[in-house]
Amino acid sequence: MKGSDNDIIVCRCEDITLGEIREKIREGLTTTEELKRVLRVGMGPCRGKSCVPIIRRELSRMLSLPMADVLPPKDRPPVVMVKFKSILEGSEE
Amino acid sequence: MSFDVGVIGGGVIGCAIAYNLAKFGQKNVVVFERQYPGAGSTGRCGAGVRQQWGLEMNCRLARGSVKIFEQLSSELGVDIEFRQGGYLVLAHTEKQIEQFEKNVSLQNSLGIPSRIITVEEALEIVPYLNPESFIAATFCPTDGHANPLLTNYAYAKAAERLGVKVMKFTEVSGVERSNGVFKLTTSRGDFEVGCLVNAAGGYSKPVAAMVGVDIPTYSERHQILVTAPVPRMFDCMVISFTSGIYAQQVPQGSFVLGIAENEEPSYNTNSSWQFLEHITYEVTSILPVFGELSIVRQWAGLYNKTPDSQPILGEVSPGFFVAVGFSGHGFMIAPKTAEIMAKLILGIKPDIDISYLSLDRFEKGELIVEPSVVG
Repeated sequence: MKGSDNDIIVCRCEDITLGEIREKIREGLTTTEELKRVLRVGMGPCRGKSCVPIIRRELSRMLSLPMADVLPPKDRPPVVMVKFKSILEGSEE
Repeated sequence: MSFDVGVIGGGVIGCAIAYNLAKFGQKNVVVFERQYPGAGSTGRCGAGVRQQWGLEMNCRLARGSVKIFEQLSSELGVDIEFRQGGYLVLAHTEKQIEQFEKNVSLQNSLGIPSRIITVEEALEIVPYLNPESFIAATFCPTDGHANPLLTNYAYAKAAERLGVKVMKFTEVSGVERSNGVFKLTTSRGDFEVGCLVNAAGGYSKPVAAMVGVDIPTYSERHQILVTAPVPRMFDCMVISFTSGIYAQQVPQGSFVLGIAENEEPSYNTNSSWQFLEHITYEVTSILPVFGELSIVRQWAGLYNKTPDSQPILGEVSPGFFVAVGFSGHGFMIAPKTAEIMAKLILGIKPDIDISYLSLDRFEKGELIVEPSVVG
């Protein structure tokens, strides 16, 4: 395990480093969903677009799982951020 | 493999019961979780912690839980983000004020520092409220909020440290009773447990049915959403029993809000656009400033309901215990309820009488009438 890349910020919405992710994987979290719930990775406004591929790769590597078996967290609506105001205006039309 | 106590369900209730059992010295405890701790209703809940109830028993359970929440981060060794920003309960009618007056006097008699406040006083606490949308409110400054994901995780980790086996991705598919033990078939092999606890949340009824016990619980979808983080606006939970809405800013800056809707019993946890429209209309009528906030994500979880919206706690058949049917307020009373359940399982007399919450109340027709339930 390389020590030097542990400080890389993987989730830029929530400021979570590769080191923090590795620590939780070593502790026994084995899915992107568990890491998301405990570390908030992928919960921010970018909706996991940058961090999830890196987290999946790390899970695959550390747990010796094929990438196909490391699923991304469930996608949830809305697809893009939307203001309450826009919904209000849209529904009044 | 065999264990003395098996808990089905790794939500906050199941993990906290297992933790308390181990804390009281019980060895050989196992938790069977179909997915992972926090995958079900706990990880989907609003996680408000309210002591403002209309029944003495609920006030006591909530008050006892707050006392535990206040030191839970240090007890479990994980910061569960418990904050006591209070709960502001809006009143919209004279009838509600009358009920709230009764509630507040009961709450005060039990050491809960709630009070009736005017619209002006409410605006001092939450300046963003639309003063036209309510006529009075109640406020309890020691109510609060915790991070449900971290609370669930913290209980599971602490239980493991005390020797509890938490089996993730282990679904129980069959239960057979023979010679005083329960034989469980699971997706990870067969197990024997001496005593079995149903803490299966949304799936409490099928789990009880596997043991041959019929319980009157059913599940109902409840939807919720989270906004993009914004600078701190207010510290308390705002709720209304009229629309069933609740909104709270979490420490990270996002608001988490949900609303009661008319739902048929189901196991559906899909999201709907109708919910977005409904909650948008209701939240912007009490908090107009919310128009400018952005919704990041919506999701849904299951309320496990009972005919009187109060949980069923206790031993329902020899060696088979249930802690089910929390009807949307399980998280907030989990710490005290789990302690009481662990005591019941170990044959220790609990300090709060929960016999009102037994399964046979439905047969006897002794339903509990709690006036302050959301949804």
